[in-house]
Formats: sequence, structure tokens, C-alpha cells
Amino acid sequence: MRHTISVLVENQFGVLARVSGLFSGRGFNIDSLNVAPTHDATLSRITVVLKGDDAALDQVTKQLRKLVNVVEVVDFKEGQAVQRELLLVKLKADGKTRSEIMQICDIFRAKIVNVAHDSVIVEMTGDDAKTAAFLDLVEAFGIVELARTGALALTR
Amino acid sequence: MKSSTSPSSFPKAEIGKEMKGSDCVVECLIREGVDVIFAYPGGASQELHQSLARTDKIRTILPRHEQGGSFAAEGYARATGKVGVCMATSGPGATNLISAIADAYMDSTPIVAITGQVYSKFIGKSAFQETDFFGMTLPIVKHSYLVLNVHDLPRIFKEAFQLARSGRPGPVIIDIPKDVQQAKFTPVFPPTVEFRNPLISQTPHASDEELKNILALIAEAKRPVLYIGGGLISAGAHDELKTFAEKTNINVATTLMGVGAFPETHPLSMQWFGMHGAAYGNWAVDQSDLLLCFGARFDDRITGAVDKFAAGAKIVHLDIDAAEHNKNKRGVIPVTSDVKYALARLNELITAHKFTPPDTSGWHQQIATWKKEYPFDNKAGFGNSPHILPQEAVATLYELTKGDAIITTGVGQHQMWAAQFYRFDKPRRYISSLGLGAMGYGYPAAMGAKVACPDKQVIDIDGDGSFLMNVQELATCHIEKIAAKAMILNNQHLGMVVQWEDRFYNSVRGNTILGDASNVGGPDNLDGIYPDYVTIAKGFGVKARRVHKKSELREAIQEMLDHDGPYVLDVIVPYTEHVLPMIPAGKTVKDMILK
Repeated sequence: MRHTISVLVENQFGVLARVSGLFSGRGFNIDSLNVAPTHDATLSRITVVLKGDDAALDQVTKQLRKLVNVVEVVDFKEGQAVQRELLLVKLKADGKTRSEIMQICDIFRAKIVNVAHDSVIVEMTGDDAKTAAFLDLVEAFGIVELARTGALALTR
Repeated sequence: MKSSTSPSSFPKAEIGKEMKGSDCVVECLIREGVDVIFAYPGGASQELHQSLARTDKIRTILPRHEQGGSFAAEGYARATGKVGVCMATSGPGATNLISAIADAYMDSTPIVAITGQVYSKFIGKSAFQETDFFGMTLPIVKHSYLVLNVHDLPRIFKEAFQLARSGRPGPVIIDIPKDVQQAKFTPVFPPTVEFRNPLISQTPHASDEELKNILALIAEAKRPVLYIGGGLISAGAHDELKTFAEKTNINVATTLMGVGAFPETHPLSMQWFGMHGAAYGNWAVDQSDLLLCFGARFDDRITGAVDKFAAGAKIVHLDIDAAEHNKNKRGVIPVTSDVKYALARLNELITAHKFTPPDTSGWHQQIATWKKEYPFDNKAGFGNSPHILPQEAVATLYELTKGDAIITTGVGQHQMWAAQFYRFDKPRRYISSLGLGAMGYGYPAAMGAKVACPDKQVIDIDGDGSFLMNVQELATCHIEKIAAKAMILNNQHLGMVVQWEDRFYNSVRGNTILGDASNVGGPDNLDGIYPDYVTIAKGFGVKARRVHKKSELREAIQEMLDHDGPYVLDVIVPYTEHVLPMIPAGKTVKDMILK
């Protein structure tokens, strides 16, 4: 099952290694991972998305709670949290396709943040379903590069 | 580095005089009550040794290998419950500590390991003797520190010792670059430390509802068993356990980590169970209808096939570490609590509610019958062998020490026989590498235990394979006048692996003979015995004796006990003995090999 685990940690070196080590040491592959400071600069929030056996992941969250630099751990079940991801995608674009790309961007409320002769960079945010649908549509134009933040989540 | 608890946030903090970082480390150790440190110097820890040389409050013991020093710190911790401290230089010195750190993590032993690190400016430059010790130990520490600011030293040391000894104990490492050791500063010693993780500072206590539920389950049980682990010894809850077992009239089986948590000569004791544990203990756990697991973790050497373990029992799992619940064995009733509190409160509730245990006389009768049919320390076979049997040597040592010694072990057959044929009535008397199973643990651990308990007999019951792995510590014991004794059950083989070869691999020897394979030594071929431990010990200035005659065993052991100094007793035994009973790995009680 897919899990989104939110870990509030002290903003110190080594903490990310401790947290990610608990996953890698048990053979979990992390789908996405995001780290950034919170409104309290001494704390950071790590958001981990991964698939795995529920019981094994329950073990990991318990181990996470034991880490000295961890303040809080929440394993979001489906629907409990608002979840968003930001992605930047560079698409092949020429005079013929640019307007079609802009139309799709409009529908998805995505923004074109850079235009070149043969490409555009699009900024887009959404939940899993929206980002998947968007990428599915724009793939036909040719994806040159893609960067994603991984999911961020806050409890409702 | 941002610090969440800067020294200035403590109003009652004590400001010290100006000093070097390395002097501050020693001051911190003194403040934590450290009286001995096992430390091997090198370039990156030399400053710390210079500071240690300036104090008479801490005894610095130079081991002859960092692994020996760190196992000694563990032996010290296991014998006393206090934090054991070891120190090494950067790079190879630090990496030599890793086995002991992993061992302390597995067996929840409180140690603080201090390492020198290269100058901060050289970190990440592949400098001479640089390793990322903080990084490489992450999966095997309770917590760790790389000190980048000398002002953090007092807080970090206070945190480290508190973390090592509190809750579920474990290893903490402190890596200190040489420039931090050399920096002059005015330390501020915090009176207390705080952790932002709310679980760290709390000692969890079971609620009365949870405890009353346990009593209700006992009231309904027909075949209850107490399954007791090392957590009980960490918590110092042995007195509370004795009262509880007696008041509820429940038989007690311990793990190897729990040996001594309950007196093994007590009528309710089933000694220890698991792969090589007592048959009756294993049967009782298997057939129990209520299994009360306190301070243990359902290790695979205890459970065998875990889904078939105590399959018919309701299992209550009481542990201070919530992460152990439902980790290995699923479907338990979890109770998160300090076990000393829980047992003391259970005893109070028993008295307050005039709780009377159910009539389980039929169950007690059954256990007594099993015990009689398959006694654990079966001495019946001793007379049949013309040679000294390893089990016989342990049984004789038990007799001559009247059960009052601290026993350490290496890893293998001798480790099991030591626990089978020596009986432990008190906690902290069987000191062994159980979770990690690190060979070479025995003699350095004995050294550490003897330093901690100079008035007690401390004997390493070892195998010839394990003993050789840290034989260099004989030099430490000789020079430091540490009277740790070693009784080697010398069978010239890696006995436990040989046993598995005999049982599962058609007796094909895969590098399990320690001497010359074309002239294998033993009681029938004394000339083939290799190496000669008596000569080795002589080189170290340590008194030693070899004994191979049954008739001389008792007198030889007595000579070892009477000697006022380190001693090696090399007991030549046949390699053909197997440790029994045995539940093969991954199998069940039904598959237990008894003969």
C-alpha cells in the first residue's frame, strides 16, 4: 500500500541520513522525499512517499519515533491529508505546438515559466492524479527534462 | 550546526574555568561519574590522552586492541548497569570499535564510545586516518554526535550519557575532531538536558487498566508462563519479578539475555529456553495458553518458526520500547511500560484486590514431569567418557565457585554449555554476546567486568576459536593487574559450526579445524594440539596450565580460582560433543533434537 509519511525533525546535519537509513536498511525504495524547514527554522519537515507492506512500514514509523532528533511522525492514510506536488517539465515546443501546450496548461492551471525557440518550461502543481494526467497529455510533445518536488502533505 | 538546547538556555548552568576541549571532555566524564575508560591512543585522540594523564579521578586502561577495549567497556556495563566508556583514535582505531557498538545495540548495553577525528578542515578530504565514523555507525547506534563546535561539548556529553543509560539502553558515539579537542574555551555545564522528541525524556508507565487486564488474563489461564528477557535486568526489576512470580504461582522461562533475572534454582524456574534452551521450558512455552513476555523481543533464536511460536497462547508483550511490539511476533497484546514500574504496580494491585491465582496444579505437575524426564544439566553421561567433557568442566566450575562467579563467554558451543551447566541466581552474572554473537567477546568482557567488580571471581568460559580472537588482552590484564580468568574448553575445532556440519552437512569440514588438519589434536593426540595456550600465556607473563586428565580437572580449576591474578586454564576436551537440546533454525518445538 502507498504511504505518505510526514516526519518533523530537528534541523541538523545527519538527521536526513538517520531517517532515510531506516527505510533503506529495510529494503524499502522511496518513491519521493522532500525536506525543507518549517515556520520554525530549527525544525524541518521530511515528507516520504513509498509503497510497502503495512506491517513493515508500521515498524519503520515506530523506529522513526525513537530517533532522538525526531519530534513527530504521522503516517497519512488515504484522504487524511491535503497532498500536493510541484513539477517543472521542459517540453519540446515549436511554433506549431506551442499554442496547444498553452491550452493544456490552461486546463491544468499550469504556468509557462520559460520559453525558448524549441522548448518551454512548465510549472505545475497538483495531487497524484492531476500530475499523472497532465504528464500523460504532454508526453506526446516530447519531455526533454522533468524535475519534481515529491509530495508535500499537511493534515486536513 | 544549529543546536536546539544551547548552553545559555539553562539558567542554573555552571560556568567552568577556561580550558581546552580535551580537558573539558575529561571534566564531563568525571561529572558523569566515570571511573574507568578503555582507551587506545592515536594521532587524533592524543590530546584526549594528554588530558586523561592530568587527572587521577579516572583510571585509563590501555587495551591491546580497540576491539578488546570496547568489549571491555561492554563487560563493565553489563556487570554493573553503569555506562561503559571506551575511546579510540580516528580511522582504523574507530573502525575497530564497530563490532562492540553493534553488539551493544543488539544487546541494549549502555556504552559511550569516544573517537578522535581528523581536523575539521580535513573532514571529507580523505585525510590520513579519516573515516566518516558518524556515517558508518548510523544503523547501529542509539544516537551519535560529531562535535563541530567546542562549546557544544558539555551538553553533548550530558545528553550522550543520559541517552546511553535511559529507556532502552544502548550505544552512543561522540566523534571529536582534533581542533575541537585543542580549542580553548569557557565551558558552560548544563544541569539538565532536554530533548525535543517527547518520547526520549518520558519513562512510559502501563495504565492500571492494562495491568488489571493482565491479572484478569492470569485468573482465566490454565497454562500460564512468564517469558523474561534482558529488559528485566536493564530495569533492575528482578526482586519485583520474584514477588510477582511467587504471588501468581507462574513458572518462569528466561531468554539468554534474561539469565539471572529470576533465580535459576527457584522451584518456579524453568531456566532459559530457545534453540538450545531447556526442553521443558520450550514445551511449556509451546503449550502455554497465556504467555507473559516481559522485556524481551521474540528473537528468532527464541521463537524458531515465529508463526508457530506459542500458537495456542494469548501473548502479552510488555516492553519499554513500543517498536518491539508486533515486530517479530504478530497479534500480541502490547503494553508499553518500564517493566520495574509495571511489576511493582502489579504486585500492589494483587495485594489491594486480594488476587488469588487460579489452580494450575495440573500444569505445574506436567512441567515437573518434563523436568524430571529431560533435566537440563544432565550429568549422567559424564562417567561414560574417558575424557573431560566440556559440560563437565562447566559443572565443576559451578560447584567450586558455589555459583557465585561472574561468567563471560565467547560465542559457540561453550557459550551454550556455560548457560546450561552453570546456574545463575542473580542478574548481571552471565555476560555474553547474544544478539550479535561476536566471537572474541569473552576475555575482554571478563577484563571489563573484573575492573568493575574487583572483589568477585570473573571467569571467561571460552572456546579455543573465540579466545584467540582477542588473546592480546592477556597483556592488558597482566600489566594492569586485572585478575580475569579464562577457562578454555579447547576442542581444536569451531565446535558449533562442526555441530551444524554433523547435523546438516554430512560432517564435511568447511574450514572448522583450528590446528593442522592432517594431525588433529585432542585428548587422544596431545601432540597435535595447536596453538599451545600455556606457552602463549607464558609469553604474556600470565600463569596458565593445561589439563586433559579427568582426575585432575577439579584440582586444576581450584588452582585457577585460587590464583591472585589473570590465569588461563586450557581444558582439552573432545570435539564430538553436541549442544543439546537443539531446535534447528526456523523449526518448531516439535522438531527439537534431544539426543
